[in-house]
Amino acid sequence: MSLFATIRVALKALGRNKLRTGLTMLGMIIGVSAVITMVALGRGAQEEIETQIRGAGTNLIRVRAGNFRRGGVSMGVGGAPTLTVEDVEAIREAVPGAQYLAAGVSTRDQVIAANRNWNTQIEGTDVELPLIRVWNIDRGAFFNASHVRSAAKVAVLGSVVRDNLFGEGADPVGERIRIRNQSFQVIGVMAAKGAGGFGQDQDDTIFTPYTTVQKKLRGRDGTNISGITISADSPDNINFVADEISAVLRAQHDLPPGEPDDFMVRTQTDVTTMRSQMTQTMTGLLAGIAGVSLIVGGIGIMNIMLVSVTERTREIGLRMALGAKGRDVLWQFLVEAIVLSLVGGVVGIGLGFGISEGLTSILQWPTAFPADAVALAVGFAAATGIFFGFYPARQAARLDPIESLRFE
Amino acid sequence: MPVIAVRNLAKTYSTGAVDVHAVRGVSLDIPAGEFVSIVGPSGSGKSTFMHILGCLDRPTRGSYHLEGRDVSRLTRDQLAEVRNSKIGFVFQGFNLLARTSALDNVELPLLYRGGGMRAADRRRRALAVLDAVGLADRVEHLPNQLSGGQQQRVAIARALVNEPAILLADEPTGNLDSATSREVLDLFRRLNAESGITVILITHDHAIARHGDRVVEFHDGLIVRDERRASERAAGSEMQAAAQTTG
Repeated sequence: MSLFATIRVALKALGRNKLRTGLTMLGMIIGVSAVITMVALGRGAQEEIETQIRGAGTNLIRVRAGNFRRGGVSMGVGGAPTLTVEDVEAIREAVPGAQYLAAGVSTRDQVIAANRNWNTQIEGTDVELPLIRVWNIDRGAFFNASHVRSAAKVAVLGSVVRDNLFGEGADPVGERIRIRNQSFQVIGVMAAKGAGGFGQDQDDTIFTPYTTVQKKLRGRDGTNISGITISADSPDNINFVADEISAVLRAQHDLPPGEPDDFMVRTQTDVTTMRSQMTQTMTGLLAGIAGVSLIVGGIGIMNIMLVSVTERTREIGLRMALGAKGRDVLWQFLVEAIVLSLVGGVVGIGLGFGISEGLTSILQWPTAFPADAVALAVGFAAATGIFFGFYPARQAARLDPIESLRFE
Repeated sequence: MPVIAVRNLAKTYSTGAVDVHAVRGVSLDIPAGEFVSIVGPSGSGKSTFMHILGCLDRPTRGSYHLEGRDVSRLTRDQLAEVRNSKIGFVFQGFNLLARTSALDNVELPLLYRGGGMRAADRRRRALAVLDAVGLADRVEHLPNQLSGGQQQRVAIARALVNEPAILLADEPTGNLDSATSREVLDLFRRLNAESGITVILITHDHAIARHGDRVVEFHDGLIVRDERRASERAAGSEMQAAAQTTG
């Protein structure tokens, strides 16, 4: 019997018991739609993270003082006074791929403006920071090199800080704020940027020259800084540039070979990879749980096919008497199982897509349509049909026509 | 050459310790175009013999030539092909597919034909045989919308659709009342007379068996009687004679 005729026979047989066919497919529909929804949610989360990180600058390299792995005593990242302004200049000289650099030293403090106050991050940095972070200035201007040289008490506010100190949308340029009893002049407001790669709010920050933080706010000695923010000239170059920076810093710090770094170089790709791996693990876990329902759906198909073979013993006997060969009967039941699982799978994809869209539009959960998961679900559905349909189909094909015709 | 030639045919079932000798050495020739009744009580071996004649089963010993071809040692798949092309089955319980139109039921054997057949040709053939059994106006009816006699006629149409060499009817009137039985038997008679198809009627009922040209009686796995009769034709001419005398 031709494949086309087999499919027709199988479809007619399924059509004879529509309720059962529908219920059997339901198991498959739920399984596939659950997998699609879970993977779509996971992918959505992943894409959002990647977008956020890209928002922070794709070719970003961060160097931080200290190293988790150094010595018997943990210094804590950023705590050890191992980076200096001279390191920044050395990198600028020796690593041409490091396009923009900004020394960083930050603190946290209460900031007061007239009758309001706000506790926020005060990030001492350098003039190139807006270029590195690809960050526009909303009002006023960023501080310039002479501000840095003179450790001027000027501040550029993140939008959240501005909203909390001066009211939403206000223009505070020219106003004064107090940090540790010192008066700072507001010279600019950054454009709103949203949450950063680690979920912290990037707009809840005040930028001042790093020299100002060193001399006026920390009141500590000399040239130590807690970190350097660098942008590589191209994202493709980023790992090479990071390696070069490490080499320069090791030379600067006179570290002999074998001695661990007293600093940490982190590229944006490291962060991206780490976060992606986290969400991938979560997605895999959720999809795995949803996959269990796929297997349950498959067993449902096998169960129904077994019942169907018993119930239709006489039909099988008749078909054999009329000339059906074992393989004709095998194929008929196998195709029935495959149709059940495939149609269930396709409907499940539609449903899963609908649920994902619904979650996005109603709950604002980010989802991404997972093309590979769809292909996988269809493949799995077909495989389920073949796997769970084969045993009942073979039982049917092995029936003896005489016995089957006598079957009541 | 007879359409069926059976020599020393035997079938033994091994059910654990005891061997059951259902058919114990039977020889029989059936010429093409004959209308043969095989009669016998249950347990006489007629059903086993019928299964072998219908290529549903293989004999333990002996040979069976169908249209000159030895079919007693064929494989399962080869037997299926022979059943499809050479044998038309009519069963006591009709065995129509439920919730399937008369037309689709009749098309069923065509689906399993070697070489395949186009859907339009299948439909044409099925319609033609349904017309031949007088059901041209019932082709889209489902089995439960048809009377017992009509259902059996659908089954007969299905048996005829592949133009088989023999029509093998197993208690075809067992589920029918006497008037409908008569109709079905007349249909066999007509098909036999018009298209010359060999009809083999298996029954336990001697009254039904008398409709055949020849009655073969089974008992304990052996043929105990084999008579050619002039029954139907003779009865017909008697009636004609009677009509003439009265007229």
